[in-house]
Amino acid sequence: MLDALLQMDCLDLAQAIKAGRVTSLEVTRATLDAIDRYNPTINAYLTVFHELSLDRARDVDRRIEAGQRLGPLAGVPIAIKDNICTTFGPTTCGSRILANFRSPYNATVVDRLLAADAVIVGKTNMDEFAMGSTTENSAFGPTRNPWDRDRAPGGSSGGSAAAVAARMCFAALGSDTGGSIRQPAGFCGVVGLKPTYGRVSRYGLVAYGSSLDQIGPLARSVRDCGLLMNVIAGHDPRDSTSVPGAFAEVEDMLEQLDTPVSGLRIGIVKGALDGADIPVQRSVAQAIDVYRDLGGQVVELQIPALDYAVATYYIIATAEASSNLARYDGVHYGYRSPHARDCLEVYTRSRAEGLGKEVKRRIMLGTYALSSGYYDAYYLKALKVRNVIRQQLSAAFEQCDCILMPIAPTTAFRLGQMVADPLQMYLADVYTIPANLAGIPAISVPAGLDEHGLPIGLQIMAPAFCEGRLLRIARMFEAATGWTGLVPTGLES
Amino acid sequence: MKVQVIIGLEIHVQLSTQTKLFCGCPVRFAAPPNSLVCPVCLGLPGALPVINKRAVDYAILAALALRCQVSTFTKWDRKGYYYPDLPKNYQISQYDLPLGRAGFIEVAGDDHKLHRIRIRRVHLEEDAGKNLHAAGDYSQVDLNRAGTPLLEIVTEPDISSASQAKALAVELQRIVRYIGVSEADMQKGHMRFEPNVNLRIEKDGRVFKTPIVEIKNLNSFRALEQSIDFEIHRQLEEFESGGQTMQAGNKTTRGWDDQRQVTVLQRQKEEAEDYRYFPDPDLLPVAIDQGWLDQVKAQLPELPLERQMRFVREYGLSDYDASVLTADRSCAELFDQAIKAGGRPKRVCNLLTQVGLRIANERGCPMSQLGLKPSDLACLAGMIDEGKVNTSGGVKILEQMVATGQDPLTLARRLELVQTSDGGQLEQVVDQVLASQPKAAEDAKSGGKKAQKAFSFLVGQVMQATKGRANPNLVAQIIRKRLGLD
Repeated sequence: MLDALLQMDCLDLAQAIKAGRVTSLEVTRATLDAIDRYNPTINAYLTVFHELSLDRARDVDRRIEAGQRLGPLAGVPIAIKDNICTTFGPTTCGSRILANFRSPYNATVVDRLLAADAVIVGKTNMDEFAMGSTTENSAFGPTRNPWDRDRAPGGSSGGSAAAVAARMCFAALGSDTGGSIRQPAGFCGVVGLKPTYGRVSRYGLVAYGSSLDQIGPLARSVRDCGLLMNVIAGHDPRDSTSVPGAFAEVEDMLEQLDTPVSGLRIGIVKGALDGADIPVQRSVAQAIDVYRDLGGQVVELQIPALDYAVATYYIIATAEASSNLARYDGVHYGYRSPHARDCLEVYTRSRAEGLGKEVKRRIMLGTYALSSGYYDAYYLKALKVRNVIRQQLSAAFEQCDCILMPIAPTTAFRLGQMVADPLQMYLADVYTIPANLAGIPAISVPAGLDEHGLPIGLQIMAPAFCEGRLLRIARMFEAATGWTGLVPTGLES
Repeated sequence: MKVQVIIGLEIHVQLSTQTKLFCGCPVRFAAPPNSLVCPVCLGLPGALPVINKRAVDYAILAALALRCQVSTFTKWDRKGYYYPDLPKNYQISQYDLPLGRAGFIEVAGDDHKLHRIRIRRVHLEEDAGKNLHAAGDYSQVDLNRAGTPLLEIVTEPDISSASQAKALAVELQRIVRYIGVSEADMQKGHMRFEPNVNLRIEKDGRVFKTPIVEIKNLNSFRALEQSIDFEIHRQLEEFESGGQTMQAGNKTTRGWDDQRQVTVLQRQKEEAEDYRYFPDPDLLPVAIDQGWLDQVKAQLPELPLERQMRFVREYGLSDYDASVLTADRSCAELFDQAIKAGGRPKRVCNLLTQVGLRIANERGCPMSQLGLKPSDLACLAGMIDEGKVNTSGGVKILEQMVATGQDPLTLARRLELVQTSDGGQLEQVVDQVLASQPKAAEDAKSGGKKAQKAFSFLVGQVMQATKGRANPNLVAQIIRKRLGLD
């Protein structure tokens, strides 16, 4: 049986720890026990900080006992995706080429978590360099879905989603370039938020598609997502794309969380559901009913440019990736082929041996798109289409407060199902990609189970910098339905 | 046969900012390898660049000094290529929207006329590290230089000789030092040149062009001039022995072998290299508004060549004197101010070029650090001109002005260098000297060969008796009177 402690959410837990009703050491021990129990099969963690997290938990308890005022995540066990740099433990990005890489610095979000007195229990598995939708592209074996071990947890933040769902941590950080937080959150029945581009510092996030990447929380409730956002969001002078000025003043996302948005206008994109499985379509229809019951109004939207979102994304993301990943060359750090006989072979062999198939595929796609003579036809055109998508979405938000959409056309894939057909996998990103291209916030909230008992995620998108409102809208749904916080059925089998 | 030399120059100038272009690491020469590095300039996973605004200011100032149009909107692009000294395997540079374009630089030619060389573009980019091949069968990389701000300046192919290329390089050095954006120290690699050279040959009523050769990485004025000269001759010989003419894609890259004084083939550009430029998503574009531009413009001084010409025009200095004075900005400014304070240009010029620059050189510092006040300089010049001190006394006083910081009047008195112009007192001394040197007095009166020598001797004796304080002109006058020579 699951330890009852592990069922609490972050906010309640931090309060309980601060009040001395429970110690961080007890909670951290229970979390490590859960990891020891489930991780050998789930493989959500690449690194677990047994000693370090216990030491840190003891330190938190000591400071509470000494009457010190602690941060909002006092003593709460948190997991971090392994493409976020930490000075402790390796930062592998799920890649052989960085298998032994240790970062000499912490990502800004890690420093913020530590400043909030969180206990970082481990680094989670992921598709190599965040490229994938199943976590099967990890050099360290796939993560399994706690709801069904023969299925993928989604990806690329599959390790973080599975760890949160299986109670191997209370919340986790992931990164989202084309849906990598929201889709695994949906597949694993947890809440995942991709913030507005520029709201959370990317400093220390190993880049995949720099103009799309954003760090965000995965948690077991909308409230916890808000709590984590309060900790990690805000301007960072080390990230030039981090938004300064008035926008950087992150409002307390918890303050009005339980106040429903009155006169809510829900946007539905015409024809958007056509490609989705029936249970997924049904979940969106039910969500619409839920909001109607809460006084919401439905607005039907036409956003024709969304048809080009997947194509646009796979040019921009791969182009940026081909440049971002050029640095993994065996010269300065990371894997160097022992077979290289000269400088050129250090490059070619280290990369051939150190990088996985999907990563190579995307590097080649991106290199092609940036090549002289092709740049205008691919990259430049993609940037233009991206602008059109951004404009059309922004126009849509003049008619509605949020847009409802599925997270994915299906529920969790079977392991191996997508491996043979990458194009099919790319097409499954159709619902999540628009938010990245437009830089707007989007959340995945549990919206029920399909006929196999697998979680279905509902996606809600909002205009840029409206995370606070987005969380309130998601909270309305969560409160009305009670789909969040479910314990995966496959966990104890 | 008529041969026209066509040269375009690409110049990298290291900016003298305190810190690197995209991180806070100090820019310093000759530090222990890899001691001036951080996650950003090492290109570590997850690290992000943040632009150094000072470097942009410097680049704008340089673009203005080179009479460029400054872009109101510019951005950063990644230039992709693999090289071990380039940690990210891309260089952050500027591709299609350079900071400045369509400028020019004027260079005085051998014919003493001004020649205008057009500047195609000026942009800002980061430098790479250095590969070291000192040890064994492996190479090492020093990344101290990685991320250092560089200004890349590209001229149009308007240069017509090796000596003109050198003159342009020297003028550019003077300009960037003048406006304070670079130390432009050749020994420290602060300026590097890459000339593109080819020939336009008219022969038998037809026009031929030789293939363009780019000579890589020259870091002295001498190598620049010599390598171009060599290349001109080599291309001519090659053409005459039936070599290729210019076609798309037959541009080659050559290196300069300083020892053998030849250029050596490095790379045949069969296909143009593909750098896969694209806008760096980690950096925001830069909008340079009028306010920013005005702020930088206000820092733009009168440029060396303009000032040099003004010194000739307004102060009647020789071209040579004017160029020596304007080589160093602080020297030129001190000169200008001393003239405004009332000094006579030629006198002040002599003091500065013959004494001031020597002291500055000995001390290894710019003129501005000698602590000379323009008003003191003007005063000293006046004292010499009025005969209050003689020229050699003036030199001593100037040296002491630097050493002690005292004003020239005080120093003249303290060093007892004030010339005696009191006629009565001098007449006494002259009489004494004439009395004690009857032979010389006779010779001086004789009007013969010996007369001039004897006369000078007598003047010298008087000077000695007065410890150099006498005004030599006055002394001569009195002697002549006494000897009845007038």
